[in-house]
Amino acid sequence: MSLLGSIKDHHAEKGLFVRRAILAGTIALTLLLIVIARLVQLQVVDYEHFAERSQGNLFRIEPLSPTRGLIFDRKGRVLAENLPVYQLELIPEQVADLDATLRGLAAENLVAEADIPQFLQLAKAGPRFKPVTLNFRLSEDQIANFAIKRPRFPGVDFQPRLVRHYPQGAVTAHAIGYVAAISTDDLARLNPSDYVGTTHTGKTGVEYSYEATLHGEPGFRQVVTNARGRQIPLAPGTGATSFAEKREPSPGENVHLTIDLDLQVTATEALAGRRGAVVAIDTRTGEILAFVSAPSFDPNQFPLGMSQTEYGELENNLDRPLFNRAVRGQYPPGSTIKPILSLAALETGATTNKRRMVCPGFFMLPGSTHRYRDWKPEGHGEVDLHEAIAQSCDVYFYRISSDIGIDAIHDYLTLFGLGSNTGIDIEGEKPGLVPSKAWKRQAFRRREDQVWFPGETVIASIGQGYMLATPTQLASAVATVAMRGKRVTPRMVRAVENPLTGIRTELPFRKLDDVVLRDPQHWEQVIAAMHDVMQGARGTARAAGARASYRMAGKSGTAQVFSVAQEEEYDEDEVDERLKDHALFVSFAPLDDPAIAVAVIVENGSSGSTFAAPIARAVMDKYLEDSQSAL
Amino acid sequence: MHFEDTHRLVDRKVQPLGVMAKVLRRLHLDGPLLTGLLLIIGFGLFVLYSAVGKNLDLWVGQCVRLGVALLAMFVVAQIPPSLLRRWAPWGYVLGLGLLVMVLTGGEVGKGAQRWLDIGIRFQPSEIMKLAVPMMAAWFLHERSIPPKIGHLLILAVVIIVPTLLIARQPDLGTALLIAASGLIVILLAGISVRIIALLGLASIPGALVLWNFMKDYQRQRVLTLFNPDSDPLGAGYNIIQSKIAIGSGGLFGKGWTNGSQAQLEYLPEKNTDFIFAVMGEELGLLGLLALLALYLFVCARGLFIAMEGGDTFSRLLAGSISLTFFVYVFVNTAMVTGLIPVVGVPLPLVSFGGTSMVTLLAGFGILMSIQTHRKFLPH
Repeated sequence: MSLLGSIKDHHAEKGLFVRRAILAGTIALTLLLIVIARLVQLQVVDYEHFAERSQGNLFRIEPLSPTRGLIFDRKGRVLAENLPVYQLELIPEQVADLDATLRGLAAENLVAEADIPQFLQLAKAGPRFKPVTLNFRLSEDQIANFAIKRPRFPGVDFQPRLVRHYPQGAVTAHAIGYVAAISTDDLARLNPSDYVGTTHTGKTGVEYSYEATLHGEPGFRQVVTNARGRQIPLAPGTGATSFAEKREPSPGENVHLTIDLDLQVTATEALAGRRGAVVAIDTRTGEILAFVSAPSFDPNQFPLGMSQTEYGELENNLDRPLFNRAVRGQYPPGSTIKPILSLAALETGATTNKRRMVCPGFFMLPGSTHRYRDWKPEGHGEVDLHEAIAQSCDVYFYRISSDIGIDAIHDYLTLFGLGSNTGIDIEGEKPGLVPSKAWKRQAFRRREDQVWFPGETVIASIGQGYMLATPTQLASAVATVAMRGKRVTPRMVRAVENPLTGIRTELPFRKLDDVVLRDPQHWEQVIAAMHDVMQGARGTARAAGARASYRMAGKSGTAQVFSVAQEEEYDEDEVDERLKDHALFVSFAPLDDPAIAVAVIVENGSSGSTFAAPIARAVMDKYLEDSQSAL
Repeated sequence: MHFEDTHRLVDRKVQPLGVMAKVLRRLHLDGPLLTGLLLIIGFGLFVLYSAVGKNLDLWVGQCVRLGVALLAMFVVAQIPPSLLRRWAPWGYVLGLGLLVMVLTGGEVGKGAQRWLDIGIRFQPSEIMKLAVPMMAAWFLHERSIPPKIGHLLILAVVIIVPTLLIARQPDLGTALLIAASGLIVILLAGISVRIIALLGLASIPGALVLWNFMKDYQRQRVLTLFNPDSDPLGAGYNIIQSKIAIGSGGLFGKGWTNGSQAQLEYLPEKNTDFIFAVMGEELGLLGLLALLALYLFVCARGLFIAMEGGDTFSRLLAGSISLTFFVYVFVNTAMVTGLIPVVGVPLPLVSFGGTSMVTLLAGFGILMSIQTHRKFLPH
């Protein structure tokens, strides 16, 4: 070692080292400058880019769902509102013993014992800070009970949410419809960006048709989240909150219906639990005053969600409570179309107001032995058109039907809106059917079926056969008769109102092409006959029209549910209740200055005059009394 | 050369020393180096408090570990360089033995066998961080520099054996740093530029061999470096989030404890390997430049001590320790800013963790020993 040391040139070694150290230092400095250059690039040159990405990391957009607009009747009474309900939630990370907590809640009757395994699974599956809903709707008792027991259940709390509520329940169910949880079908139809925070949407009725008005626009807020998506509460004034943006949702607009709740109740009560429909319409504006389809259902089940069996019961009920008879029920209109047919006959010259015919109780086409019966087996004797309407003589119309011809019958009925949608502003309307030769050629495939038979014209003249109409169509058509041809589209909504500004926008009513007669006198002749139906000495519905303080007009109808074979007697007692004829009635009042038109159908009600007419009378009474007292 | 030293001694005697300087010399501490280190440590603790999410327990734990490490530095500073030189080969042999023990029966932590439990748990690779440059410096001190080819080959074996043993654990970061500390000794010893160029060329097949040695996760890190966005939620996540943190800090930062990337856990490993990104986000470019300036100062002071060193061993060892320290800084900052692959090297004196801190400050203790024992050494 000492030998080696003596060989070493210490001075040279130190010089070499210093040179190398300087070289290494220079390299180090260069590397440091590269890092600094990189830092300048990241923090100065690309600062904006990274600042933005950091923001993007930080904030998650959380939708704020708008409050659904309210629905009012024409007098401002609430028909649909949003009520807070309380649901029970559990935050897994705040619960020490999940099992014990859930069993404790079950013991207090706050959760269903059977659902515990499912909750355990949910609590373990999701992020531990995400609440699991244990009970979607706490009753008042449960809320009170839980409020006391809450200290025993850390991590469990109730949360309010708004749920659609229909205070009138079944009474307005078919008019307003209901909201329910958004389905995949709904998603295809709705704009996803408008519905990010929304759980429910209108499914039927006004709730469906005015969805866009009622729903409103969602807002959003940016919430600060950490890398795992947990929301971080930030004290105001700290860096991040000042960036956070918020846009309040704009609530849906309130909708004011043309429906009069009082009239709705009257009509419902008048139906007295029978299956059927009542549609009352303001003849001048087309405003639907009452819109009843019975039986009805409790619409409040839908927003809360119901079990498969509960829904199944509604769906499979023989009385079909979910079926909206008022716009979707297509019934043979029966004799209720006779006023329009009379107008067609007068206009086409198929008959005159003076022409009299003998009614023996049946009618046979030339060269045929088939008997078309009158409802009155012994016949009406010799009647003119006026009497034929008032007493509803079928034979009179059988006889003139071929002179009018099926195509003219079709054309006149069509002028009054039958056979096509009325355009009422709620969903699901059915068009009904007014047959014609052209229609039959199209509707049937087999050539021999495409031929129009004279007998089909005969039964068409009393609204039987292929002919179908909805109660809403009938109400609209009789309103047109009442107004001597002036037509407006029936509608359910008269105004929308911005809940924030209170600005109310009246919706204009839509006039349709008037029915113009060659001789306006024909209106008066037919209306006079309709008046006699209710208030004439021999009118079919004179019982329903008696003892009234105003003058009214109407027409009864009976629609066959199944056809009675020739030579067989129709015995009401033997026929199954559900196979009995439907009872129909159309009417309007007051006679000289019509304000209200009503169409009534009572399924299997047998006789229009007996069962349907009193209902129409009750509705008209209520409406005219109310408007009288309002004056 | 002795004249120079004598001159200095004379000069210093002429200049009256302050009380502080006297005390420091008596304690074998180097004032400028100590100041630089304490500033970095203080700065580091300041940032760490934010990085650990104001968790006082963790923070105090780190303070305690720093105290232990500073104590180790002080103890090492008392050992004269001549003694260190004599211990060097034994230290190296001991370290090598422990490394073998780790591979045969070490404890597994985080998927790697790094720990050895002999009374106290520690990583023998930490010993090698100092033992390898000491061994290399000792070897060259006994011979002459620039080294001859035969000596270089022996040195290569001295460096490569522990490097491979540590790489097998696997701990690629430490292995590379230990290799670097040995190579720096060779570089400082005046190896000819031609040989460096040759080694550069040889490194290409060497890199291929290394690639084969790498575990999948190590390869992934290299691949991710070149295109971090290819796998933004997987392997590239760390680099992307780190760049976002630093970039979004801008010139002045978002403010201490106010970095959203760090505080909301977007930034991975924020206490340890990626603490530089926390600093960049919260204190901005200015904060980072201040820290880098401190690192540069410490490194420069270390090189100055090396150049002043009394013998070849001291010079080579001091140079290697100073430059290896810089390599730490460079590798960590370059990795966090996405310049090089994520190799798992902590930011020296700032990252959370104890073992490497002790080794680092013990290294600085050697520097202080070299600086403060020099003039008393009769040579």
